Amino acid sequence: MTQAMPASAVKPLPLPEGVEGIVADWSSDQRAFKNVPWGKAMMWIFLLSDTFIFSSFLISYMTVRMSATEPWPNPSEVFALTLFGKSIPLILIAIMTFVLISSSGTMAMAVKFGYEKNRKMTFILLLITAALGATFVGMQAFEWTKLILDEGIRPWGNPLGAAQFGSVFFMITGFHGTHVSIGVIFLIIVAIKVIRGDLDHQRPGFMTGRKGNYEMVEIMGLYWHFVDLVWVFIFAVFYLW
Amino acid sequence: MAHAEVQQHDAHGQRHAHVEGQQHPIGIYLKIWGLLFILSGMSYAVDYFHFQGYLRWFLIIVFMLLKAGLIVAVFMHMMWERLALMYAILVPTLLLLVLLGIGALEADYTFFTRGVFFVKGLL
Repeated sequence: MTQAMPASAVKPLPLPEGVEGIVADWSSDQRAFKNVPWGKAMMWIFLLSDTFIFSSFLISYMTVRMSATEPWPNPSEVFALTLFGKSIPLILIAIMTFVLISSSGTMAMAVKFGYEKNRKMTFILLLITAALGATFVGMQAFEWTKLILDEGIRPWGNPLGAAQFGSVFFMITGFHGTHVSIGVIFLIIVAIKVIRGDLDHQRPGFMTGRKGNYEMVEIMGLYWHFVDLVWVFIFAVFYLW
Repeated sequence: MAHAEVQQHDAHGQRHAHVEGQQHPIGIYLKIWGLLFILSGMSYAVDYFHFQGYLRWFLIIVFMLLKAGLIVAVFMHMMWERLALMYAILVPTLLLLVLLGIGALEADYTFFTRGVFFVKGLL
């Protein structure tokens, strides 16, 4: 690449001005992350920032819980369900955990079949992932309904103990549930792109001029696995503490 | 315009090399999926069988970190990425330990002052 060239050949191109210039400058050929498409590197950086958001929530929760002088409601009992006439502790949350982990498994396989350009399998697996995600959100809606209507838990107080329980619970699970819901919407969008063949034919996507390709499925996968990853931490520190 | 197209072509060529690098047999995903199920089941068992105290904390945190590690390493393909990306994402995350420490100190102090001023007989 460093062969001598005639001087006229290395004349730099004129730099674009204005907004186009900002984009061109930031996206010029200085690549830190080799072997990774830029979209994937950017998704990782977005996920890093999201990690900080969720960590701030979880660490604030820890601070609030450690400093509460009233007893903290026992999650094992609050989230128990009565099934077949028997009260099983935390069972709803356990099922939600298995549902979300399963959706992560189907997502990982969708990425694999995407790179193999197996459109049908990718489409089916993406739809299963979306369905499992929607199931998770549905169960969360059920959980919220039960807590608000049956147990009288509010963001500003509850009859079970420390008032902070409600605000922390609704904030953290609400933010996570929003992430899952957004993920489900994008999974459906990507699934439609896959089955229509948009990625095979490199058709530009919705609201972008960029050509479609199967890296999109992997980038979607990164987001989805992150949602599962956050749930691992919420499950451990909120429900099992 | 011609310049941009050459760049895209280059990127496309690299992408193909990358695609081959990130293809993994389906077996590894299924195995990790199974492991995550087992680990989740074990975390749930910690609560179900009412483990308490340091043992509970130790088990919860070990299972949590194992699950998180498996998801990031295999499902998110981090173990096959170059070190530059791995460090760019994982090292800043470690800074959160500082926030965690500050939070714990602050919480202890708040609990102490609440005990002194609001709750009779807590201390």
